[in-house]
Amino acid sequence: MEAGRIEVRQMANSRIEPKPGHFGRQLKSSVMAVLCASLTMLVLGLLLLVLGYILWRGLPGLSLDFFTKPPAPVGMRGGGLAHAIAGSFILMGLACLLGIPWGVGIGIFLAEYARKGFFGEAVRFLVDVLSGVPSITIGIFVYTVIVVRMKNFSALAGGVALGIIMVPLVARNTEGILRLVPQGLREAGLSLGLPFWKVTLFLVLPSAARGIVIGITLAGAGVAGEAAPLFFTSLNNNFWSVNLLEPVSSLPMEIFRYATAPFAAWHELAWTGALVLIGIVILVMLLARLFLPGFEIRR
Amino acid sequence: MTGKIVVDELFAWYDDREVLKGISLEIKANRVTAIIGPSGCGKSTFIRCLNRMHEIVPGAGTAGKVYLDGRDVYALNPIEVRRRVGMIFQTPNVFPAMSIFQNVAVGLALNGWRRRQELHSTVEKTLSQVGLLEEVAGRLDQPATGLSSGQLQRLCIARTLAVEPEVLLMDEPCSALDPIASFRIEELIRELKQKYTIVIVTHNMQQAARISDYTAFLAQGELIEYGSTPAVFINPKDRRTESYITGRSA
Ligand SMILES: Nc1ncnc2c1ncn2[C@@H]1O[C@H](COP(=O)(O)OP(=O)(O)OP(=O)(O)O)[C@@H](O)[C@H]1O
Ligand SMILES: [Mg+2]
Repeated sequence: MEAGRIEVRQMANSRIEPKPGHFGRQLKSSVMAVLCASLTMLVLGLLLLVLGYILWRGLPGLSLDFFTKPPAPVGMRGGGLAHAIAGSFILMGLACLLGIPWGVGIGIFLAEYARKGFFGEAVRFLVDVLSGVPSITIGIFVYTVIVVRMKNFSALAGGVALGIIMVPLVARNTEGILRLVPQGLREAGLSLGLPFWKVTLFLVLPSAARGIVIGITLAGAGVAGEAAPLFFTSLNNNFWSVNLLEPVSSLPMEIFRYATAPFAAWHELAWTGALVLIGIVILVMLLARLFLPGFEIRR
Repeated sequence: MTGKIVVDELFAWYDDREVLKGISLEIKANRVTAIIGPSGCGKSTFIRCLNRMHEIVPGAGTAGKVYLDGRDVYALNPIEVRRRVGMIFQTPNVFPAMSIFQNVAVGLALNGWRRRQELHSTVEKTLSQVGLLEEVAGRLDQPATGLSSGQLQRLCIARTLAVEPEVLLMDEPCSALDPIASFRIEELIRELKQKYTIVIVTHNMQQAARISDYTAFLAQGELIEYGSTPAVFINPKDRRTESYITGRSA
């Protein structure tokens, strides 16, 4: 009895007692943890710094006028960026109209129909290449294909350029999320005598909806701040315009124009524009996260 | 009485790996047939060949014949085969985005059944068949994921029954369940065999002995022994069957 107890105690001790090399491993482990933690803090700090600075510079100009009024004539104070906000919404709407179905479609194709095989790999590679193409190149492409032919800069061309930039981002994210859906769910659907396309569209896709939509908001956020491709496509417009065949203003273009102009009042508008741009992006991302149901999928 | 399902020299493989090596047997209508055998011997593969689920695995293929009521399954439309030969899996994989009601109705709803009234009566009928109707009363519109594992498995059975199959294939339907939930499924199987032909894969010898009328013993892709359950369990003809069911390694 007593002997047994001692033995147990000894075993317990021997588990805690450092073995040779134990201390070194623990040191390495904590160095690594500290390193990772400090890098994380650094990036969080940077984010807060950027956000804080934009808030500080942009907040004073934030008013109802900013959202409802066109810019004031040069030299006058006041006015807003209503035309640019509307323009950005138009451009993003067009980009989503093009980029979401196209990107989600490619994602479904890659995950459900071409998981293995040469063709799928080829498409996957090309989609990756496309996502690496600088956005300004896409702008030039759309310029030659649409702007030159239609002989006019237009909201349509801008939306198409942004949409094309969204496609590979949406496609690869959609594919990744769909691959996480367990095979058992597809098999359950097929075993009910449902055709493959119905299983994909009505069973697999809804189970992955949250991840797919969050990916879309990220891709949308990425292109919402793009200015480079818009120089060749939607250009800019000093006035309110909702005509898809005319040049249209946008927040990134106006931020660029106002920030590089030599007037203090314009600089303030640029900062407020940046603040509004970030605000809209964060709001959409937050709404997607809050209101999209996520599903825990049993394996 | 000739078999509901007749399997004739069935071969199956994954890529270049042969898993079933010429299996022939007859499965009787309105009976429970248990498939037993060591892990990896091809039990799941075998029953997946019966409703053409095997072929959805890339690189998988079959040779030989499977007849359902005398018609060659591999000459029919796989969609029709799967509707007539339903399948229950080891994990109760309910559709997470759907309510309890939708989970049961989905097979019909996606096949063009639109009338809410008919869907309702079918859902109620099948839920009561599996003994779930009272347990989920009042929360038909809530997500199915809130149910216990045993309830989920019965929900999956209801979902399969809703498309009115003739045969039920069950791949270790109780192996993720506790004894009480397993017992409920066993009771259910006993009731269901009045209307359906049931093939069940199980690793539980007692379960096979309790619920099945016929037992097939598979080893390394071959059918070693097939006969009435009492015969196979009490008086196995093959030494390998005997050592497997008595727990000595084959
Ligand atoms: N998708 C697959 N791809 C390749 N090989 C597979 C696949 N599924 C099963 N196999 C192989 O086929 C053989 C038979 O598998 P199967 O799942 O039919 O066995 P089982 O009898 O159901 O085993 P268990 O009792 O463990 O479920 C195994 O050797 C397995 O490794
Ligand atoms: Mg198996």
